[in-house]
Amino acid sequence: MKRPGVIALTAWLLSLCACALVIWRTQVVADLSAFMPQMPTARQQLLMDQFKDGIIARLIMVGIEGGDEAERARVSTELGRKLRQDEAFLTVQNGDAETSARDQAHFFEQRYLLSPSVTAERFTADGLHRAIGHSIEGLSGSAGLMLKQLFLRDPTAETLSLLELFAGDSQPASAGGVWASKDGKRAILLLQTRAAGADTDAQAAAIARIHQIFGEVRHPDGGTRVVMSGTGVFSVSSRAIIEREVEVLATASMVLVAGLLLLVYRSVWLLLLGLVPVVSAALAGVSAVSLSFGHVHGLTLAFGTTLVGEAVDYAIFLFMQHSSGQPSERFWRTVRLGVMTSLAGFAVLMASGFPGLAQLGVYSVVGLIVAALVTRGLLPHLMPRDIAMRDLTGFNHFLDRLFATVRRGRAVPVVLSALALGTLLWLHDGIWSRQLSALNPVSKADQALDVSLRGDLGAPDMRYIASLTAPDAQSALRRAEEVSRVLQAAVRDGELASFKSPTMVLPSESLQRERQAALPEPAVLGERLGQAVHGAPVKAERLSGFLEDVERTRQAPLLTRASLDGTSAAMLVDSLLIRRARDHLVLLPLKAPIQGPHPEEIDTDALDQRLRAAGLSDVTVIDILSETSAVFDSYLSEALTLSGLGALAVTALLFGSLRSWQRTVRVLLPLAAAVLCVVAALVLLGQQLTILHVVGLLLVVAVGSNYALFFDVGMTGRPKVERHRTQSSLVLANLSTAGTYGLLGLSSIPVLSAIGSTVAVGTFLSLLFAAMMAPEHGLEDEA
Amino acid sequence: MRSERLGLAWHWVACVALGLAWPAWSHAWGVPELMQTLAQGGSAKARFTEKKFIGFMDQPVESSGELSFTAPDRLEKRTLQPKPELVRLFGTRLIIEQPGKRQMVLELGGRPDAMAFIESIRGTLAGDQEALERYYTLELKGRADAWQLTLLPRFDNMRKVVTRIRMEGNQAHVALVAFDQADGDRSEMRITRVPAP
Repeated sequence: MKRPGVIALTAWLLSLCACALVIWRTQVVADLSAFMPQMPTARQQLLMDQFKDGIIARLIMVGIEGGDEAERARVSTELGRKLRQDEAFLTVQNGDAETSARDQAHFFEQRYLLSPSVTAERFTADGLHRAIGHSIEGLSGSAGLMLKQLFLRDPTAETLSLLELFAGDSQPASAGGVWASKDGKRAILLLQTRAAGADTDAQAAAIARIHQIFGEVRHPDGGTRVVMSGTGVFSVSSRAIIEREVEVLATASMVLVAGLLLLVYRSVWLLLLGLVPVVSAALAGVSAVSLSFGHVHGLTLAFGTTLVGEAVDYAIFLFMQHSSGQPSERFWRTVRLGVMTSLAGFAVLMASGFPGLAQLGVYSVVGLIVAALVTRGLLPHLMPRDIAMRDLTGFNHFLDRLFATVRRGRAVPVVLSALALGTLLWLHDGIWSRQLSALNPVSKADQALDVSLRGDLGAPDMRYIASLTAPDAQSALRRAEEVSRVLQAAVRDGELASFKSPTMVLPSESLQRERQAALPEPAVLGERLGQAVHGAPVKAERLSGFLEDVERTRQAPLLTRASLDGTSAAMLVDSLLIRRARDHLVLLPLKAPIQGPHPEEIDTDALDQRLRAAGLSDVTVIDILSETSAVFDSYLSEALTLSGLGALAVTALLFGSLRSWQRTVRVLLPLAAAVLCVVAALVLLGQQLTILHVVGLLLVVAVGSNYALFFDVGMTGRPKVERHRTQSSLVLANLSTAGTYGLLGLSSIPVLSAIGSTVAVGTFLSLLFAAMMAPEHGLEDEA
Repeated sequence: MRSERLGLAWHWVACVALGLAWPAWSHAWGVPELMQTLAQGGSAKARFTEKKFIGFMDQPVESSGELSFTAPDRLEKRTLQPKPELVRLFGTRLIIEQPGKRQMVLELGGRPDAMAFIESIRGTLAGDQEALERYYTLELKGRADAWQLTLLPRFDNMRKVVTRIRMEGNQAHVALVAFDQADGDRSEMRITRVPAP
């Protein structure tokens, strides 16, 4: 080896070591955040963070399916009992009799602190007379049987006032004494983990624990099975999917490319050499991402396998050229141009607002540069002098005939493009997906399960939320009470169906004191009660339990968060009153009216006005759906702009190098046709296009231009030997690229399959169309 | 239905032929025949007055209003006095409405005790013997134009609340529904039929 070779090898080895060192300390994450856009304003971002890290992310919804109703109920009860004893879970709800009884007892006992109708006026003789009169009337109604049991201790029916607070909620249905889906075919439980939702390891452990206990309590012949959903479950399963897919994709891509290389070069040494740029590119790419983002997302690793297919192209070109003497300067120029156009495509990704796409950009840009550098600077020194290649004459003759045949169909790309364009113009509505879920790495089936479990639980869909912040918990609760009064008025006017507030189960201390103060002392209350029931069909003496309960509440300590432990009220407070580093955040989920001029929708402007009128202008009402749709739209237009710029950059590079409009257009035409056909095919297959397809199309232009370019520069007017070389290396390189992207297209992760299938089909069509549209004379002048 | 009637006709012919004639006919009147009569009653509208006798109340609590039944499973109870209320039952879904309050929807499909309650009235009005016998053992006394049907709950969860349901009527008209509750309280609902327009 000559001196420059030694220097190159040393530099390469040193860089490799440096990369290995960086990668060794790199953290690989696999949560969902990378492919969720950031929220536009800081305040909304905070809100979303709370959703991600707060209690919502700690909920696990569990469904028990199969078997019969009795067995499902038994399993749910047993599972609930054992999970309640488990340290990993803060709360476990399944609607079992034990918990409902505890809840009922709690609310009944605390009714005078919780009921919104407790005022000094209600406890005057007149007020009591009215309230008791209503209760007696109520005894005749449908709730009579229940009211009868409460009447003697609760003649003013405060329990009913409390029930009405929650009347807008749909409680889960019940089957066999536990919560169940509406059709009764699935028992359901709602768990809250102790660990934060972002702690994927802890979430995985919690999920494993549920599976384990379920395995213990289920009857082997009962036929039951368990399903789960929730943010934590999604994180765990998406991490598992990503890890598995990275492994499978990496192995499959390597096998594919190695097989191809071996087939052509029949030399293990050349195969290993061919993999040198690939491995170097991957290591450098991961290191670069790690250094610039602080971590590497699992999806970046999975996507990175496509780099295998591209990085190996350069080696393929090099070996092919080398097998017939030293590669010409012209060859290197063409490779350089190819690298530049690819870089133009990937560089655009680096500017993306999606953290995940930006990672892919950095990874690919660095990877490609390194692959090209290693191919140019190192491989020539390591290559044997004579490369004994498989005789490709037969293959080339076959290709000649094939290309000659396809060239007869040179009109095909044009016709197809016209058809594709027509289709797109005709179907132009609904081409774009505005749903964030399209980017969700979680499978469609899992997302459907999530929706179905949510529906079963009657969980609020959390589309509309009013939120406020306050320096401490008590002032947060007081402010929430003010907002509740405004929201209550909106409910009365039909603008809202209902809302939830932490103050429904934990009023502020000042309101609790106010209610306590409204309760008269025993002698006074007894006297007023006597006057109130005068002439009524019930005697005051029978109501002694009422006097006792009122007096007990007057003396009792106020409710605190701790006194809610063990009831479902605790979960409500924890999810809606969130303690943060510097302040407290209150979330008030709103439910849209089912009927009215705009069913299922809330006029947030009208609500804002109400709040402003009440002097509560710092309360934010957001519609998360329209908020995220708007963000999504802005990202889509960002992607379109960036892709446009990328395509322009590619065009400029081509023109700068080819210095002829005619040739530039000739290189670009097959690309444009390929892009149009891929888009039309996706739309016709019922795929809604996302930002990822846009990115995929950009890569078709960036990567596909290499093939069109080689076709133009490497084929036209070149001697037959050289043409054959170019031709077979083009086909090989294209096969390896389309193959690795194609593998990615088979991925079950939507993000990867969208890009993969788009690029695989697109690059293949690019080559095919380039061959079809290649100028005839270029091949015939020597034939 | 037609074939059953045909069957009855044959039965009658056979009885006459065997010289057993009328007495045997009257003996044959039982729960199936009552149910058949009720089932033929079809949809109906009626007024009701209900009295609830509650232990701690010095006098019964009274209410009145309208009942309507649309075969096979829609039941509507509209209370007008003393406190307006509309309770509707579609299949297993119970909807309660009170003026000025939010509608309450209860899904009773998964609650056998609640379903037992509902089936006692609806099953009787619809003449659905199978539905009634799922939850109750039936005892019938009297004759077609003055019958007394007693429903005794078969299951403990129901017996804890209601020990006995008594119904009285003539032909397809149910005139009284009375619940005897486990705590000693009871309720009586008297029903007068509104003639079909």
